[in-house]
Amino acid sequence: MTLNARGRADPGPSPAAGSRTLPAAAAGIAAEMAGFQREMLRFAVLQLRDQASAEDAVQEAMLAALQGADRFAERAKLKTWVFSILRNKIVDIIRRRVREPSYQAPETEIDDADFDPLFSANGHWHSDSRPADWGDPEKSFENQRFWAVFDGCLNRLPAATARVFMMREMLGLETDEICTELAMSSNNCWVVLHRARMGLRMCLDQQWFNAGEQTR
Amino acid sequence: MMNCREAVKLMSEEMDHDLSGGRRWSLRLHLLICLGCRNYRRQLSFLRQACRHEVAVDDTPPPAPPPN
Repeated sequence: MTLNARGRADPGPSPAAGSRTLPAAAAGIAAEMAGFQREMLRFAVLQLRDQASAEDAVQEAMLAALQGADRFAERAKLKTWVFSILRNKIVDIIRRRVREPSYQAPETEIDDADFDPLFSANGHWHSDSRPADWGDPEKSFENQRFWAVFDGCLNRLPAATARVFMMREMLGLETDEICTELAMSSNNCWVVLHRARMGLRMCLDQQWFNAGEQTR
Repeated sequence: MMNCREAVKLMSEEMDHDLSGGRRWSLRLHLLICLGCRNYRRQLSFLRQACRHEVAVDDTPPPAPPPN
């Protein structure tokens, strides 16, 4: 799609916009959006785990932003605004997927026994799995390699588990909204979130904080 | 007395909703005596922070709007 490939809109009616004419403010917004388009795509790919749907979501979000350009007055918050449109597009796609026959419920990925190796029989941490101090972990935010590890760890989570986690933490939905969308009980929702956090924490611990990566 | 396995489950739950008084209290007691779980709890909030960071935080000023 031309809009995505070039990251800016044509001055005239573009194929992306169909026959509709874009508002006057659209050209400026298009140029600004091009600056964070890759971030949008990365964000969408993480959550949808599918390049094609992610690209669709990003293009739809950018198009919606262009069409609504005149309503958008606070340019300082453009990125936040565009990402909120993208979030809605991602939720729409997830909503559609839940209705597909191939949909796998997150509960089916849960097995509490997976955590057995971490704890002794009385339920206390084994000495080698007890969480150690991560020091000043926020420093890692500045490090590009940290984000590669972080994305890698998210991708290692079972797909449906990761979806619930990202709906909660990245799309910012409340658990009861997630339950409704995915037709889960609250209890199952919490169990899935717990599992996701356990897995993500452990992965970061091994791949980053304990790998001596963050000090390099 | 609550064990670590129960505590980690509650620590995750408290990220999503308020715990009832009794459970909150048992968790607090457990955290007083368990360094591993205190670390775990800090790491959970770090995970949340990292996820928020992934979502566009508009911390850089946008370029000046082009003349119309």
